Amino acid sequence: MVEGLLEVRGLCRRFGAIEALKDIDFSVDTGEVHALIGPNGAGKTTFIHHVSGALQPDAGSVRFAGQDVTTFGMHRRVAAGMARSYQITNIFLGLDALDNVALAVQGRPDAGSSFRFWRPVRSETALFDEARSYLEQLGLGSKATTLAGNLSHGEQRALELAMALATRPRLLLLDEPMAGTGPEESARMVELIEHLARHVTILLVEHDMDAVFRLADRISVLVNGQLICTGTPEAVRNDAAVRRAYLGDHL
Amino acid sequence: MAFYRPAPWQKPLSVALLIAALALPTLLTAIGQEFYVGFATRVLIFALAATSLNLVLGFGGMVSLGHAAFLGAGAYVAAICQQAGINEALLAFPAAMGVAGLFALLVGAISLRTRGVYFIMITLAFAQMAYYLFVSARAWGGDDGLPLTGKMAFAGIGLGGDTPLYYLALGCLALVMLLFGRLADARFGRTLQAIRENETRMEALGYAVFRYRLAAFALGGALAGLAGALLANLTGLASPNLLQWTQSGTLLVMVIIGGVGYLYGGVVGALILLVLEEFLVGLTPHWHIALGVLLLGVVLFAPKGVAALFGKRHG
Ligand SMILES: Nc1ncnc2c1ncn2[C@@H]1O[C@H](COP(=O)(O)OP(=O)(O)O)[C@@H](O)[C@H]1O
Ligand SMILES: [Mg+2]
Repeated sequence: MVEGLLEVRGLCRRFGAIEALKDIDFSVDTGEVHALIGPNGAGKTTFIHHVSGALQPDAGSVRFAGQDVTTFGMHRRVAAGMARSYQITNIFLGLDALDNVALAVQGRPDAGSSFRFWRPVRSETALFDEARSYLEQLGLGSKATTLAGNLSHGEQRALELAMALATRPRLLLLDEPMAGTGPEESARMVELIEHLARHVTILLVEHDMDAVFRLADRISVLVNGQLICTGTPEAVRNDAAVRRAYLGDHL
Repeated sequence: MAFYRPAPWQKPLSVALLIAALALPTLLTAIGQEFYVGFATRVLIFALAATSLNLVLGFGGMVSLGHAAFLGAGAYVAAICQQAGINEALLAFPAAMGVAGLFALLVGAISLRTRGVYFIMITLAFAQMAYYLFVSARAWGGDDGLPLTGKMAFAGIGLGGDTPLYYLALGCLALVMLLFGRLADARFGRTLQAIRENETRMEALGYAVFRYRLAAFALGGALAGLAGALLANLTGLASPNLLQWTQSGTLLVMVIIGGVGYLYGGVVGALILLVLEEFLVGLTPHWHIALGVLLLGVVLFAPKGVAALFGKRHG
């Protein structure tokens, strides 16, 4: 079997008495949109934290792009090509939208060192031109000079995504990108992710089942820290255990 | 906290301040108050020291309670250089910066692995260790400190009298403020402030956060070392008291009064605190209490520091 872009093996994690992740085997293949669903508190965000390197597992391994990254901190995984967006919007509210994305571009190894002490960062047109292109890609072109704190919730979600893209990832980890957005913004976000999926592999955690079934090539279901099923949307929809444990009458 | 961005009036104001500072000794002499040149030098030196802490605290978000250790180290290096026959500031001052910077690099490499109150305690512990080291170092005067035999020379010109040292301190401060203003608005400053705002997010953007923090901490230490070397020349003594935690506390108070994270926060704070102290000491033996009340006033009425009253920083 060809190794997937992301290969998680035997991942375990406890928080005190809570077994948040139990022996998870999971993979994401290059080019796919792999959705991870499950009820609140199932451990989805915790799982994303372990993939991104924000948390270290008690046991198990994470391989990315053919490399064992289990001991890598977050910034090294980003440099290796992983990027994430946060469930709770996590941007620099005191900077404008363009500055936020420029900061993301600047962090990339190929954008040069950040140990530059003299030249005003705003005079670095290459940085800002590229940042602008990501804003435009996400429909935020007209908001470049708006303080991130003054953007609407949906715009902040989009900005979050623009920052993740600016790191030029091979794998995008999206933790509930639609969280808290209205129906119109959600629809836009679905379109956006569909568009992004043509260029980048995506691991998507999402509650909105319409979005999940529309976007995902494969779906995995996490319940109580256990992966109970992985398969095509069709297979997951018809899986008896999934229906019992989670989806109920959503379908 | 907002990100630093140079205000349009900043450059003209800096130039005006520099000109005023250049004229000050002549002015004081003209009105027969040369005595205050020494005091003004003290203000410049502490402005430099507080600014170096502001880089660490205000821009880097690192609450160090051991910053005076680097000030003290710089003072001792200057005195030890002189003892060893090196009386040239162009050699001794870079040596002071180098030693203080390396010391800060070591302290930072260990303490920056911790956060919050642990970081405060570890920086404090390192500073106290350095303090006891110097107190017990007989060769360097023990708790009496190491006196200088006289002021050093700069490029062969003696710094004797008050005015030459004043101009040297002014030159150092001006250069440091120029560098500080540039780096704050360059990639490095942007990175440092973003880490202060949200460390985890910066990691998730691929930044090796630790390295930038450490660099800022070491640079802050080196600049404090420069201030220490100047101070030893002003007071004629490298004293272990310079490394005491109370001295670190004084620098912290200066930065807080002046404005944490404001480019001129350290300068404004040093000026206010030293002028108040000078003024109040002459007025009442209970000047500590009066000073405390004034500080309380600043915290209540200008919680972001006095520099914040002059300019609103934009995002
Ligand atoms: N840092 C933590 N400390 C203790 N318990 C945690 C921590 N993070 C998550 N948990 C627990 O782990 C479980 C999974 O949480 P989470 O991953 O946020 O779920 P989901 O994202 O699927 O809603 C929950 O029971 C939560 O309370
Ligand atoms: Mg979650």
